[in-house]
Amino acid sequence: MAEVVLTGVNKWYDGHVHAVKDVNLHARDKEFMVFVGPSGCGKTTTLRMIAGLEEISSGEIRIGSRVVNDLPPMDRDIAMVFQNYALYPHKSVYDNMAFGLQMRKFDKAEIQRRVQEAAAILGIEPLLERKPRQLSGGQRQRVALGRAIVRHPALFLFDEPLSNLDAKLRVQMRVELKRLHERLETTAIYVTHDQVEAMTLGDRVVVMKDGVVQQVGDPMELYGRPANKFVAGFIGSPAMNFADVTIADAGGTLWAEATGIRVKVPPPRVAALRPHTGRRATLGVRPEALRLANGSDPAEYVFDAVVDVVEPLGSEILLNISAGPHALVARVDPSVSVKMHERVRLAFDPAKLHFFDQATESAI
Amino acid sequence: MVIERKWKKWVYFYIPLTMFIVFTLFPFYWMTVTAIRPDAELYRSWRAPNATPFWTLEPTLEHFQGLLATTAFPQWLWNTMLIAIVSTIISLICGMFAGYALARLKFRGSEFLGTAIFVTYLVPQTLLFIPLADIIRGMQLGNTPWALMLTYPTILIPFCTWLLMGYFKTIPKELEECARIDGATRFGAMVRIIFPVAVPGILSAGIFAFTLSWNEFIYALVFLSSVEQKTVPVGVVSELIRGDIFFWGQLMAGALLGSVPVALVYSFFVEYYVAGLTGSVKG
Repeated sequence: MAEVVLTGVNKWYDGHVHAVKDVNLHARDKEFMVFVGPSGCGKTTTLRMIAGLEEISSGEIRIGSRVVNDLPPMDRDIAMVFQNYALYPHKSVYDNMAFGLQMRKFDKAEIQRRVQEAAAILGIEPLLERKPRQLSGGQRQRVALGRAIVRHPALFLFDEPLSNLDAKLRVQMRVELKRLHERLETTAIYVTHDQVEAMTLGDRVVVMKDGVVQQVGDPMELYGRPANKFVAGFIGSPAMNFADVTIADAGGTLWAEATGIRVKVPPPRVAALRPHTGRRATLGVRPEALRLANGSDPAEYVFDAVVDVVEPLGSEILLNISAGPHALVARVDPSVSVKMHERVRLAFDPAKLHFFDQATESAI
Repeated sequence: MVIERKWKKWVYFYIPLTMFIVFTLFPFYWMTVTAIRPDAELYRSWRAPNATPFWTLEPTLEHFQGLLATTAFPQWLWNTMLIAIVSTIISLICGMFAGYALARLKFRGSEFLGTAIFVTYLVPQTLLFIPLADIIRGMQLGNTPWALMLTYPTILIPFCTWLLMGYFKTIPKELEECARIDGATRFGAMVRIIFPVAVPGILSAGIFAFTLSWNEFIYALVFLSSVEQKTVPVGVVSELIRGDIFFWGQLMAGALLGSVPVALVYSFFVEYYVAGLTGSVKG
């Protein structure tokens, strides 16, 4: 049983750089939690504070039932996988994996058994006698994972472990990591800047920016109901389209209006948007919530645009279009045939429109 | 095309390299030839019809025999070896810990301390030997090997500290962070992970310290006075130049024997030495 609870955690560097601001988080037992955000958002610092490699300036970190604020890393019952693997270059693969157990005075037979077991899980048994420099990137990654799992820790910490791998291997290791977590049933906290990695691996994802937690939720929740404009734009690829609109009241019906785009506020959203009447807001729409209009689409969710670029990806086509001053991306069915510079009529999916306050950027 | 490249390789590679090798090795060659040349040939005029200044027709070991029989050379060699090894060990131990601290620990004044250590390295020995002589006399260490074993580190520690600090900085800090999570204390991570990884750097610092102690002249000249306490550089010069007579053959034999241990040390560790100075750790 190891849940991780962060309460009011702050990190100041040299008294004036506020790297992590009042973070409150609760990673449940056996959960795979992912911290994601752009570089410099404080995700790695937060992870390092949990590991005990950085001191916390204020707040409390609890792992399981113990407050670990003042415990050195070795006493926190954690294992960490680093981006550059941090394999001990002078030790063989076997000794790399055995080191943590040797330091904890396990007997030889037990060490042998655990290393063999971990090596079997990761498929690195033939490599045990080699030195790290004789391994490929993917193999080093596995050894680093093996070194973490032999200890049977209460908590795994991953600091961008897949960033140094090439794209294909990364996808493969991603799947393996997920399978490994399924099998080991240990709480894991994983830091990445790659939102796809975050979405595919995380039971829950923590989106951070400038040291502040923006939203915590399961992947579909983050995608479907982003709490603010940053989360909306960060999660999803291609990114959500944004347009600055004015909320206008025309005879009791609310409209979001901008040059080239005019869309009726869907009835379920009217109540929330009514207070914003006459004010500016940001309209957000995901590429797949835009499609080519047919005759049956209601006119209030349709607009005209010109196709700038067509990106046929095989399973789908991305249309880069412009409507007035707005450049948007639409993800459409591969059977659609449109050419560059063609005039098209597009329809919004009214159930998938997002509105954000322009001042606070939070979702309305 | 091919011919042109060959021509270029000669001009830019072989010829300069040959000149460099000749330039570097000629003094050693001259030393060797002089050491095995009989006295009659040594003092023959260059203009004599049978002069052979660049080689000898009758090689002899008489100078070596004379050196070993009439002087305390074996004793000097032993003194030099002992002093060089002890002062190297002292300097390495201090340099490793100080270098690690300056590279990894954040403490108030760490940058100032680093600079201060470097500055002490810049103070010339010719300036330091006078106050040091006073200290040595005060501690009654004059004319003992300890006079040198304890004063050589004053120049060697700053050097070792700086070289090792630079080397430790090239070692990814994740290595010791990982060790600390794996169950080592900071000290344990330093000893079990960082020091073994830094072996090339430690060896090159050691070789440099050893060579410097081996060749040191001025402290050895000032702090040691009796013949049997002397080191090779001082002993050879003071005992084989009597008045205005230079015993060239024995001088050169002594110099040759004195340089053999250093050359051996270098050739054993040359790969580490290069890696240590260029500072490359692959994780």
